[in-house]
Amino acid sequence: MSKLIEVKNLKKHFKVGRNLYLKAVDDVSFYINKGETLGLVGESGCGKTTCGRTILNLYDPTGGEVLYHGRNIYDFARNEMKSYRKDCQIIFQDPYSSLNPRMTVETIIAEGLRVHNMMNTKDARSKVHELLEMVGLNREHANRFPHEFSGGQRQRIGIARSLAVDPKFIVCDEPISALDVSIQAQIVNLLIKLQSELDLTYLFIAHDLSMVKHISDRVGVMYLGSIVEIAKCDELYSKPQHPYTKALLSAVPIPDPEVEENRKRIMLQGDVPSPINVPKGCKFSGRCTIAKDKCFEEVPVLREVDKDHFVSCFIDQ
Amino acid sequence: MMEKILEVKDLNVSFNTYAGEVQAVRGVSFDLKQKECLAIVGESGSGKSVTAKAIIKLIHDPGVIKKGSSIKYLGEELANKNFDQMRKIRGSEISMIFQDALTSLNPTKKVGHQVAQSLIIHQKMGKREAFDKAVEMLRFVKIPNPERRANQYPHEFSGGMRQRAMIAMALVNKPNILIADEPTTALDVTIQAQIIDLLKDMQEELNTAIVMITHDLGVVAGSADRIAVMYGGMIVEQGPKKEIFYRPKHPYTWALLNSVPRLNTKSKETLYSIKGTPPDLIQPPLGCPFAPRCEFRLNICNEKMPTAYPIIEGHDAKCWLLDERAPKVKVFERLEV
Repeated sequence: MSKLIEVKNLKKHFKVGRNLYLKAVDDVSFYINKGETLGLVGESGCGKTTCGRTILNLYDPTGGEVLYHGRNIYDFARNEMKSYRKDCQIIFQDPYSSLNPRMTVETIIAEGLRVHNMMNTKDARSKVHELLEMVGLNREHANRFPHEFSGGQRQRIGIARSLAVDPKFIVCDEPISALDVSIQAQIVNLLIKLQSELDLTYLFIAHDLSMVKHISDRVGVMYLGSIVEIAKCDELYSKPQHPYTKALLSAVPIPDPEVEENRKRIMLQGDVPSPINVPKGCKFSGRCTIAKDKCFEEVPVLREVDKDHFVSCFIDQ
Repeated sequence: MMEKILEVKDLNVSFNTYAGEVQAVRGVSFDLKQKECLAIVGESGSGKSVTAKAIIKLIHDPGVIKKGSSIKYLGEELANKNFDQMRKIRGSEISMIFQDALTSLNPTKKVGHQVAQSLIIHQKMGKREAFDKAVEMLRFVKIPNPERRANQYPHEFSGGMRQRAMIAMALVNKPNILIADEPTTALDVTIQAQIIDLLKDMQEELNTAIVMITHDLGVVAGSADRIAVMYGGMIVEQGPKKEIFYRPKHPYTWALLNSVPRLNTKSKETLYSIKGTPPDLIQPPLGCPFAPRCEFRLNICNEKMPTAYPIIEGHDAKCWLLDERAPKVKVFERLEV
């Protein structure tokens, strides 16, 4: 399998005061193979959304590079950037604020086609109809406005918009967390179906660990701007190595009373520290149950513990 | 048998809007026993929050609790109490916590004072004494450094800490009933686990009964004793936790249980999904509200709402399939994971 996207030492720091930086993404490296889904999980504020947006160059990176087909996107010329933007799309979290209320569904979906001069108005219209049917809406919906739709339907419009320009790679930024349980299943099924039909590659950002497990091939766990563990989906969920991953997995409530009664939880104490003053050493050290002296001093690096299984922790070393 | 402390019978709540009368809650009945945790589960718009608010009559204009609704707290009828009488009950006998702790706390007052206020009002305590008691309460809900924290404002607290402060505020008068409206929805999983643990501890130590409103079946599996499933403004099924999880009788309950992936399901398998969207409650369907989305609907489902069919003691469901004249369908064969 070839790597479609490779992120190398990506950094995104926001200036929040004099000599004060919020390190939203701090030295993150990973790759995404063609046709696979990489899940990115973590608690709110851990930088997963910023990471997704920086990959699409919606934010200027502070450092590092993103390789697309082996070439650094931040070195792209203007016209190359435009075609990169066509290839890489995003689906946003909130279907209520990500659709322009003054535009009809047809204009929303066809906007990308117009911007990239891909086809004439007549062809664009039939393409819109085709897309609407592909995402489970009707062609009659094309002339309506976003407010006439429910949350699940709006998310389908958002998906249709991202598919309009025939992308290769889609960042799904918490596409289901604003939706109800029964609607979530509809959207996830749709995303899985589209992936196999159109040969798409996803970066699936979410905080719902069971949903991420369902859709992903590999999963990365983020904590305070860094990736602490990244591995194949089954491996990560069955043999988590990093104490944070273990705690996170044990905190996920399971909808089964008997399982829930017999579970032992690893309770994390306290809250996630502020990303402005990150702790010295390992960022997780303050909440870690097995932290040693070394953890408070040195920063662990991501190392391969098993095939395709990377962990940044000093355990077993 | 434990004593019933709350009995809700035939609760109807409507909102008069420009578009028409939204019948948010239609004939909901349930009881709550002492020290019990009842979970009300449903999607947004199913009427679960309105039900919870109606218990302490926090329904404001244009909403009305309709005539004929009965809410009995320790044998006392709350439905016809006036505003002043209700104020004595809110916060001291029945308390409520909300989903979004930041907007529920007063941003201009120190957290300690907000907790103390409830003591000053209900127990006629002096300011100094109430503040000291508030600090104790903050310690009780495991807020580290409570002396310092009591003098801080809500914006200085993190999400989990705010929720703890709100729990402290709700429980400081040792109420008999705590209504928790989506207490963990806005929180991250690790914090969510902390808050659920805290609620369980509080329930043990203070003998408080909890009405938990949630849409998260995982949260319910860990904390509830009994579950009521709401859809389209009605309770379609209620019963003990394990009955609902392992022997659900209503197609909606069954669909809801199947549409969430578990950590042990196979990946990329198609999830069971309910087609369509929830009903419009301005003109609620005559029959069962779930009928248009139900795979097993019969002709009668669109015409008439079924009554509750008892299954075992304490477990009943409103579905025509449970009638002896209905065709036998194997509704639950796909539930096995």
